[in-house]
Amino acid sequence: MGVIQDPKSGVVVPPSGDVDDLWKGVTDAVQEKGFLLTQLDNVVNWARAGSMWPMTFGLACCAIEMMHAYVSRYDLDRFGVVPRPSPRQSDVIIVAGTLTNKMAPAFRRVYDQMAEPRYVISMGSCANGGGYYHYSYAVVRGCDRVVPVDIYVPGCPPTAEALVYGILLLQKKIKRTGTLWR
Amino acid sequence: MDLALRDLGEYVQAALHEVVLSVDIDRDELMLTVRREAIVRVLSFLRDDVNCQFKQLMDVCGVDYPSREDRFDVVYNLLSLTHNLRIRVKVQTDERTPVPTVTGVFSSAGWWEREAWDLYGIMFRDHPDLRRMLSDYGFEGHALRKDFPLTGYVEVRWDDEQKRIVYEPVKLMQDFRNFDFLSPWEGVQALLPGDEKAKSGEKR
Repeated sequence: MGVIQDPKSGVVVPPSGDVDDLWKGVTDAVQEKGFLLTQLDNVVNWARAGSMWPMTFGLACCAIEMMHAYVSRYDLDRFGVVPRPSPRQSDVIIVAGTLTNKMAPAFRRVYDQMAEPRYVISMGSCANGGGYYHYSYAVVRGCDRVVPVDIYVPGCPPTAEALVYGILLLQKKIKRTGTLWR
Repeated sequence: MDLALRDLGEYVQAALHEVVLSVDIDRDELMLTVRREAIVRVLSFLRDDVNCQFKQLMDVCGVDYPSREDRFDVVYNLLSLTHNLRIRVKVQTDERTPVPTVTGVFSSAGWWEREAWDLYGIMFRDHPDLRRMLSDYGFEGHALRKDFPLTGYVEVRWDDEQKRIVYEPVKLMQDFRNFDFLSPWEGVQALLPGDEKAKSGEKR
């Protein structure tokens, strides 16, 4: 999966490139030379994008779709996405649902407890901008008022596929912009 | 069913005639309106009397009628498993007059009375722990009152300088839009096709 530098041409092959050619290049290089050259930050980004552990943060009905994405049909384990019960072990937090005023300090505390580098996926209309409850007295009009958000997944609720796509976009973003220190 | 309810209504009215203000049966449901001060007595009677046995308090809630002098209703819904019957008891109050708590009769009333206090500002006398139930910590006002604005008065934001969540007066990017549902251009028609069936069903 990750962005891998072709050892012969030195060209970075994107994941969408011809996988067979890439794979052949890699196996050839390993067989001929016994090693593979790439850049450290590429390896780090590849590792980071390949094991994003999300903090379990289901707040409302979006959490149901999030669960669907975790279990067998879409099976986010394939992408190294394993839900964690503790912010200390998490790399990404999926805000799945309506963030209320009362929840906001708790949410921010959970976010603060996560170790860097940390990412936020805002899932669903309510987390994106208040959604159905935009004019409510009790709801935060978008969780980006409380934490910086990396990926917004639209929908009410978004399908599990949409969330998977959001996670893939976050992977792409990590591979593209991630550095050793953020 | 209707007969059983009517019998029960007459029985309760006879037993508690000095505190029952009215007995109604609406949509096959029995509804008592009683004096505010007598609510503990009424609920104790309904719980303990052998012909009633309303052992379960299903719900306590508030209703706001802003045009009325005693603007709030407190509604108690009871269930009798023994007789397979339900009854609704109502009392009226205003912002200042407390309603006697029924936590002594039904301990489950505690949180519902807290909820009614939180959302309507109905006071309950001698309640053991009358705190807010659902609203935010330090919330001001009572959210379900009809004169409480939909968007409230404050909104929250993370302040990066103070490193904490701050409360600020509400500032909306776009005002709440009131749709005119009677307008043929803007909203749905007042009478949707099929609505007339719902009305004819009520007469039954």
